[in-house]
Amino acid sequence: MQNSPALVPLLLLAAAISIPVLAIKKTGVAYLAALAASLGSVVISAYNALRVWESGPLTYHFGGWNPPIGIEYVLDPLSVFVALVVNVVAFIVLCHAGGLKEREIPGKSVPYYALVLLLLCGANGMILTGDLFNLYVFLEIFSLACYGLIGIGEKQAPIASFRYLIMGTVGASFYLLGLGFIYIVTGSLNMADVRNILPHVYGNPAVTTGLALIVIGMGIKMAIFPLHGWLPDAYTYAPSTSSALIAPIGTKVAAYVILRVLFFVFDVKFVSQTLPVTDLIGWLAAIGILFGSVMAMAQNEMKRMLAYSSIAQIGYIGLGIGLANPLGFIGAVLHILNHAFMKGALFLVAANLRKNAGHSDISKLDASYRKKLPWSMAAFTLAALSMIGLPPTAGFFSKWYLALGAIDKGNWVFLGVILLSSLLNAVYFFRILEKVYLGTPSAQGAEGAPSPKSNKGEGFVAGEEEYALMIPAVVLSFSLLLLGLLNANIVKGVIQRIIPLGM
Amino acid sequence: MTNPEIYRSLMPFYAVMVSLIAAPLILMSSRQANLREFWTLAASLVKFAVVFLLLPGALAGRIAEFIFWEISPGIALSLKADTLGVFFALIASGLWILTSFYSIGYVRGLNEHKQTRYFASFAVCLSATMGIAFAANLLTFVFFYEILTIATYPLVIHKETKVAIAAGRKYLIYTLTAGVLLIAATAWTYRITGALDFRAGGLFGNTSLSPSIMMVLFLLFLGGVGVKAAVMPLHSWLPAAMAAPTPVSALLHAVAVVKSGVFGVVRVVGFVFGPELMRQFGLNTLLAIFAGATIILASLLAFRQDNLKHRLAYSTVGHLSYIVLGAALLSPASLIGGLLHIANHATMKITLFFCAGALYVKHHKEKISELDGIGRAMPWTMGAFTVGAIGLAGVPPINGFVSKWQLGLGALQAGEILPLAILVLSGLLNAGYFAPIVYRAFLKKPAVPYERGEAPPAMVIPIVVTALLSLLLGLNPDLFFHFYRLAVMVSGSILGGGP
Amino acid sequence: MTDFILGHYAYWAIIFLLVLGLYGMVFKKNLAKKLIGMTIFQVAIIMFYVASAVKWAATVPVLDPAIGAVDAAKYISPLQHCLMLTAIVVGVATSGVAFSLVISIYRRYKTLDESILLERMKSS
Repeated sequence: MQNSPALVPLLLLAAAISIPVLAIKKTGVAYLAALAASLGSVVISAYNALRVWESGPLTYHFGGWNPPIGIEYVLDPLSVFVALVVNVVAFIVLCHAGGLKEREIPGKSVPYYALVLLLLCGANGMILTGDLFNLYVFLEIFSLACYGLIGIGEKQAPIASFRYLIMGTVGASFYLLGLGFIYIVTGSLNMADVRNILPHVYGNPAVTTGLALIVIGMGIKMAIFPLHGWLPDAYTYAPSTSSALIAPIGTKVAAYVILRVLFFVFDVKFVSQTLPVTDLIGWLAAIGILFGSVMAMAQNEMKRMLAYSSIAQIGYIGLGIGLANPLGFIGAVLHILNHAFMKGALFLVAANLRKNAGHSDISKLDASYRKKLPWSMAAFTLAALSMIGLPPTAGFFSKWYLALGAIDKGNWVFLGVILLSSLLNAVYFFRILEKVYLGTPSAQGAEGAPSPKSNKGEGFVAGEEEYALMIPAVVLSFSLLLLGLLNANIVKGVIQRIIPLGM
Repeated sequence: MTNPEIYRSLMPFYAVMVSLIAAPLILMSSRQANLREFWTLAASLVKFAVVFLLLPGALAGRIAEFIFWEISPGIALSLKADTLGVFFALIASGLWILTSFYSIGYVRGLNEHKQTRYFASFAVCLSATMGIAFAANLLTFVFFYEILTIATYPLVIHKETKVAIAAGRKYLIYTLTAGVLLIAATAWTYRITGALDFRAGGLFGNTSLSPSIMMVLFLLFLGGVGVKAAVMPLHSWLPAAMAAPTPVSALLHAVAVVKSGVFGVVRVVGFVFGPELMRQFGLNTLLAIFAGATIILASLLAFRQDNLKHRLAYSTVGHLSYIVLGAALLSPASLIGGLLHIANHATMKITLFFCAGALYVKHHKEKISELDGIGRAMPWTMGAFTVGAIGLAGVPPINGFVSKWQLGLGALQAGEILPLAILVLSGLLNAGYFAPIVYRAFLKKPAVPYERGEAPPAMVIPIVVTALLSLLLGLNPDLFFHFYRLAVMVSGSILGGGP
Repeated sequence: MTDFILGHYAYWAIIFLLVLGLYGMVFKKNLAKKLIGMTIFQVAIIMFYVASAVKWAATVPVLDPAIGAVDAAKYISPLQHCLMLTAIVVGVATSGVAFSLVISIYRRYKTLDESILLERMKSS
């Protein structure tokens, strides 16, 4: 298993290419093949994580070419951790996709699964690579798959996808342009090599320009305020199963790249003191948190609400980056994990609603939905509590570390924003919970809703819920309890081992 | 000063977990009402037994400790059954048994809906309360404090009426905001001290912090725990939360939830800041002002309530501040009085709420103006009510007198006259707003004669037991549970006199 | 100053192209024209890389016996060109996806005018 670092992207790429061929006769094969490939990627990335955990960071040189000439994969605790999170969440969402495809992507399941695997291939490549240009290539693979996955949705989806494509391409091009500046100055594309060369050339305006362009480009991909314009439409009109996949993974990977570039290619002192890059990100993120939360409150469509909530939650990660201290870093990385699980669970529940009730309109929700989908709603509740940040769910601890980080830095505004945001989250999530648990069906007259009298029939009857749709949502959201209670192990075992130098 | 001996034990863990395990069992047996109620009763009995077993150790200065695991690097989720914790846990778990019996009578008597959710939430609430009682550090405290917030919500909105939902919203706005402030305060404390373990006498040690920082920090804490302790102006969720079923009001809004807040105040005053810092920065005066104002204002507001439960709620607001005042005065007797009042107010107020519930179940009466002559129809209930009422007014031999006496003594020890005056005035006001109820019930003639008869025995027996308990604890404060000794020990440890 | 302006004429051209591309993407209402803007933008970046590889008095990076392998400065760095080959491929793929989206939009809405599309998007 010497080659295990390279296996995940290659496996996913190979599977993505072969799925359309395999599924010529029977389209059902596509689902199984995609599931198998995704499971494989989970297993291999878990194995990689284990190797790194036991024996420290690994590097893998493609084709035996040594860096800085050749392309290098770097497996350190951070990259294997994020890769594992992405693959696990993707696998769970993919399990869920099986039950949805008739409704959401009729007749397009084969390209859908191929695109999902391409997306994962891109994401894994971006996370593991140690080469800045290779990162660009994987970014584009990832993005193109994203555009496709969004575009096969509802009637409006192609427009949302096209707008995302334009903005996304600008983002990627900015990254490429910025990289060009860095390359002209340093003459290298290897991250470790660039890191060694950069201290000699920090005074060069090209470095500054390059950094700014890279941050803006990735900021678009990460949907950090005010570069978030593409996100709400894209998440809303994409097929639910795509939203559930892209929302937890898409923006996180970009956030990871920003972390990587700022703290591991450039150094902490340069980006936080010489240039106020992290401050800028932090303040924008703080505005984004409030903006996203307020906009989420105003939405009536659950997926759109979750999309705005994503903008706010991305802000948490941005805020952690902006703090540029160890606790902020812990908060940011932990929130990549926590938010992936939370948002995944929430989008899966939105998908279940659409599948079972034909809509995910918040104003139409009432107690009959809880009767029909008790487990989905339980999953939603738990994930919502985590979003609000109540213990013992994982969300509490993101908030905890970010609050500690903000206090550590003496930035009271950030502290206030984090805490205020949890109250705003409470407003827009309890609005839904209230409807789902307390709304009287007669008020809205939902079709097929049981009469209010049947409220007396208590108890959990899961029989009406499809297991294939229910279990993934429940697994994701109940893991939040586990992630919350065991977060110290993750922090100590993974994140604290990779706190960037100079923090 | 002898250091208490600390030993590892699973008992605090069991105390928390018993009802947490019971909750899913309750949910699963939703179709068999008797089995479901069995789980509730079994959990409450086991829980009380576990806590009671911790009592001898606490009295002997031996502290049981249970550490789960780290939940943040350097901070463990850990439970510690110290004297203060055992004191509070005893009260909460003991009264849960009675409330469970009473609840069963109540919800069956009214044929309430969603009884499963009701009992399950109740069980979770009690787990959280135990967690709060035994929390060994601030983060653990916050942890269970927030769980309590959420677990109480389904009980507040239980009736699912518009009023109940509005009350639930109000409750959430207040308590979630409080939770956020508490988190900020905790994080900040951690930043300053690098430790969060409760320590009798304060955990800041000799920090040289500026008074303004200490003040802000204290206000954050006060905002955090003061909401549940219903210190004015943070009290208004409590009268609104009376929309909940009466047993909920009885146990949670007179004992578990609000006392968690008060307990938090004691923890913050005695174990986070400590008496020295409190005095040094004048924080105790600040706290005393809030508490004194609350006592008087709440008593005055209580007069205006015609709804019996609302009157009781305002009375609760006032009495909670007795305890806060006791903590703020920081003299040995005032602390003892304040702590005793946690127990004494609990038994008295729960009696009163139980009575209110019995009236509601039997005759659907909620308003005081409708209670004319009801005492003759329900002599046991209203007799118990009278015991509770005169106890709250501070008349011997009911236990309310004992705590008030100690508080008054404490005020003199602290050399303050004003608190003493407030206590006396409040006693008169208490008498003033309870007397009309008793008067109406026994001396006025009903418009339509009542049929003689009590509420179901499952309700009447707990009422009589709590009234009796109030009386017995008034005659001998150290009876059964050694509340007095525990209070003396806690007061001693906070003020540095002993374990 | 004049030297600075004239000496960097390639870069001025690239900046012009970048701005032109951005202008097309932001201000043109027709989706196809936006796409053209995007392509111009991408091409400008490709030009930028290629321009950065320019070296006078040097030859293509193929081993020339007359120069030998010792004096690397006599060869143009091949890396930028290689990178841009990849970038061109990426750009083509992006355009392909974009065109398929445009076609799909046109089939559904019978128009490519963004303002009309946004209106219809909300109404449906």
